[in-house]
Amino acid sequence: MSMINYASREINCKLVYYGPGLGGKTTNLEHIYGKVSPNTRGKMISLATETERTLFFDFLPVDLGTIRGFKTRFHLYTVPGQVYYNASRKLILKGVDGIVFVADSQIERMEANVESMQNLYDNMSEYGYDLTKIPFIIQYNKRDLPNAAPIKDLQGSLNPGWPIEDGPQQRITPDPTHTGENLVEKVDNQWIGRAPYLEAVAVRGDGVFDTLKTVSKMVLKTLS
Amino acid sequence: MAGAASWSFSENDFKQIQQHLQAFLRDCNARCALLVDRTGQLVATVGDPPQFDSAAFASLTAADFSANDQLAKMIGEQEFASLVHQGEKESMFLADVAKRVILVVLFDQRTTLGLVKLKGKGAVEHLNRVFEAMFNRVGAGPAAPEKGLLEGAEDEIDKLFG
Repeated sequence: MSMINYASREINCKLVYYGPGLGGKTTNLEHIYGKVSPNTRGKMISLATETERTLFFDFLPVDLGTIRGFKTRFHLYTVPGQVYYNASRKLILKGVDGIVFVADSQIERMEANVESMQNLYDNMSEYGYDLTKIPFIIQYNKRDLPNAAPIKDLQGSLNPGWPIEDGPQQRITPDPTHTGENLVEKVDNQWIGRAPYLEAVAVRGDGVFDTLKTVSKMVLKTLS
Repeated sequence: MAGAASWSFSENDFKQIQQHLQAFLRDCNARCALLVDRTGQLVATVGDPPQFDSAAFASLTAADFSANDQLAKMIGEQEFASLVHQGEKESMFLADVAKRVILVVLFDQRTTLGLVKLKGKGAVEHLNRVFEAMFNRVGAGPAAPEKGLLEGAEDEIDKLFG
């Protein structure tokens, strides 16, 4: 739920990094915190357990700059990935403007990815939010690991596509970041849409800013 | 609903909110009042400027309030409409406003919890009216910035991330 304050000329948006435990959500935020100038970001808050597992959330505000006289600030949140923290995970989704699903590319984590994706759909629908209609991207993290599953398999399991019923949207929409692939296309006589995806190695920072940039643009587009 | 609805408020709304909060602070002798929306964004601050990171404070306030909301439901209550965190010198009083915003009052030994609660009730009633009128107006008022925001936004994002 973006908040526009005409008195202080501010736009505030909320981004949530979702995904299975140990997938790299906190690492994404830590990298952003480390690389962005202290003038353009606030303090990073982590509500974590003694073993540094996210208990409630991580929080990092980042200023994107001034747009048409409005100071634009993104509030980045992560959720706890572990299955049994669903109550707190759901709270963080309240008022979300954009979602990054950080998937763990390791073959062994495929089931955890699918379970977390299903959990995201369920929690969003409980709030009455439609994941296919809000800015949503998938980041395939840990691409450097030898046991990383092929992108095709990850896409098949986590981003198979949703039916596009709305006529004007039924047109081939190329994926700007992957040549030869489409975000909207006709498959077996059915129009489907998919979430944009990016590859990342968050511990090295690869793909972290591309992910943030992509989802931020999508969120701002919804305001224009 | 595709996603969460945006809301915006005008300078006039802001003035009204400030006036109510200033009167409330005068009446109860509290140090500072903050309004935080339920998603963790700071809406307004009145009184002594906070000496801490107010963005972080706002996100933790919303989390605190939301977690307590769930705890209320678990014990069979609809909600905890207000919360108190009492310290040795500094204390906080939190109260729900129009189900979308949280009033946070910071106070010290110059006043009492009883007075803050008593005057807080009236302040919440005033604020409820202001916010409800504001939310009812969504769609009719300047709910979104002017067209053409995207071009500017893309430039700014590109600049920030190089």
